[in-house]
Order: sequence, then structure tokens, then C-alpha cells
Amino acid sequence: MFSQRQLTDIEIVLKSALVDKGVSCVLLIDMAGNLIANISNGKSETDVYSLAALAAGNYGAVNAIASLVGEEDFSLQFHKGKIMNIHFKSLPNGYLIISLFQNDLSLGYLRLLVSEVSKEIQFILTPKVSNG
Amino acid sequence: MAFLNHKTNEIQLKIVYYGPGRSGKTTNLRYIYENFSERLNSKMITINTEGERTIFFDYFPFDIGEIAGYKVKVQLYTVPGQMKYKSTRRLVLNGIDGVVFVANAVKSERRRNILSLRDLQKNLRHYQKNIFQIPFVFQYNKLDLTKKGIPLLSPALLERDLNRQLMRPAYVASAIEGRNVAATLKTIISMTSQSVTANLN
Repeated sequence: MFSQRQLTDIEIVLKSALVDKGVSCVLLIDMAGNLIANISNGKSETDVYSLAALAAGNYGAVNAIASLVGEEDFSLQFHKGKIMNIHFKSLPNGYLIISLFQNDLSLGYLRLLVSEVSKEIQFILTPKVSNG
Repeated sequence: MAFLNHKTNEIQLKIVYYGPGRSGKTTNLRYIYENFSERLNSKMITINTEGERTIFFDYFPFDIGEIAGYKVKVQLYTVPGQMKYKSTRRLVLNGIDGVVFVANAVKSERRRNILSLRDLQKNLRHYQKNIFQIPFVFQYNKLDLTKKGIPLLSPALLERDLNRQLMRPAYVASAIEGRNVAATLKTIISMTSQSVTANLN
């Protein structure tokens, strides 16, 4: 369970670091397929709940394939479409950042952005110990 | 487990239809979708083979209004029932809040029902969930086959095989005709919502 503050902070980070930089839509989900946060550029009409469910299942299946072939995981998970592409970035403790982006944003640049964002998201999600 | 979003005041509930292959899990969802999708304003996703056997899962989300001040989004899933998809079944159970166990009432399926229930119990344990504590409804499906002269297991025998210890609500149903499909769904939603709101309090 996340506090309202955490969810607000997550949305702010996803918007400023990804959507404002050209990502069409970004989701933060857990591996059960629950949608934790969702920010878009307003032009995307994706059914984000179904996308979250499918992405969680897909990611789990791909991880199982990685195990079968002797890998811990696959460091790049990305699908290229004609217009819309999708990138997956896993975080510790079972969360996934899903980025939908068009061809005007390069994959390399996106991976850089997501790598930075994932550190910030991890920080927000990490329980803080109070000193009182 | 149920995801609570304090920002949007939304609860997401995950209910999984489980059971052996060809017991009627997808038929249940399809009936709900075909008869209620306009009212629910939602779409169903199926990932299956050409022979319409579920290969990954079916998924159907919809809103059911508010409970305790939270908007409740129900997410129905089915699992593939065939033995070879055991890893997929386990994946789909991640984060489950409630179960509908769809048993096949055809006599020849008796053993597969029992094995599937044991499989469910094992998979729930993988996620530290106890089959005796999770919201759970049985559906004994394929009642319509009596008209075709196919021998069916009696509800009493199904109860003894599957529900003797769990003692959960059970419905005799015909998913293809829609008999007790809605009743099964209403009961599991009610049980799951109560469980979640009890935890909220």
C-alpha cells in the first residue's frame, strides 16, 4: 500500500522525467497486474488496466523463459511497432515501469531516461525509517 | 492482494476463475461479458489457441461502484486449465484476492477436479496464501449436459470430493446457458469485498 504522498511523488517524477520528454504514456504496475500510477500526454487512449494485466503476465512469462535458458533476466525488454513502441523496466520488489513511445523518441534515449527515473521511483517506494 | 490507491480512492480486486481444462472458466467470463459488457462498459481480453483453449489467461475488468468510500474495480481472470500450463497458472495467481473454482461435473472428470484443487492449494501456498482463508466459491458446471444423456457427478459427490473441508458456497451451474453464472460472480465479489474492507478497518 502506498501513501497519497508517495503516489503524488511518483506521478510527478514520471511526468517530468518521461512524459514531458516525449513518452506518450507511462505506467507503474506491480507483478500482480495492479495499476499503481499512470501518466500520459493526453493523446493516448490505451486501456491501461488491460495493458497492466497483460504486461505483468508477459513480463512474468519472459522471466520464466530467461530462467529456462540460464539467464537471470533479460536486461532489455522492448517491442517495436510501426507507430507505437513499448519498453519494460523492472524495479526491485516486483514493480514494472512500462513506457509507450513513438518513433520520434529513440530507444537509447528512452533507456537513459527510464534508468534515471527508476532510481527516483525506487527511492520513493523505499520505506523511510524515522529517527524519532 | 487488493491494491488500494489512496490518491484515486480506488481498490483493485483480483478474482481468478480456476479449475481443470475445459471446465467452463472462459465460458463463465464470456457469458458475463456478452450479457453485461454494455452496462459495465468494458472489454474482455482472451489469449487462446485456434481451438479456443486458453493458453495464457482471459481478463475482464469492470467497476462495481463504491464500498467504504472507495471505487472498486473488479478484475476477473481465468487460468489455462491444461496440465502443461502449470507455470502460467501460478503466474496468474499472483496478487489474487478471491477464487471461483469451476469444477467439471462430468463423471469422467472427477479425478481432474480433485487434482486441479490440489494444484490450486499448492500455488496459493507459493504466495503465502491459505486456501482456507481466501474468499472462495465453487461452481459445479455443465449441468446442461444431463439433457444430452451424459453422466454427471451429483452435487453431493462433488461437495464431498471438493468442499468437505473448505465448506464454501457452491453453485450448480450451466455456464453455457448462463445458469448461476451471475450468482457465482455476485457471491465471490461480495465475499472478496467484505474481506478487503475488513482489512481496511
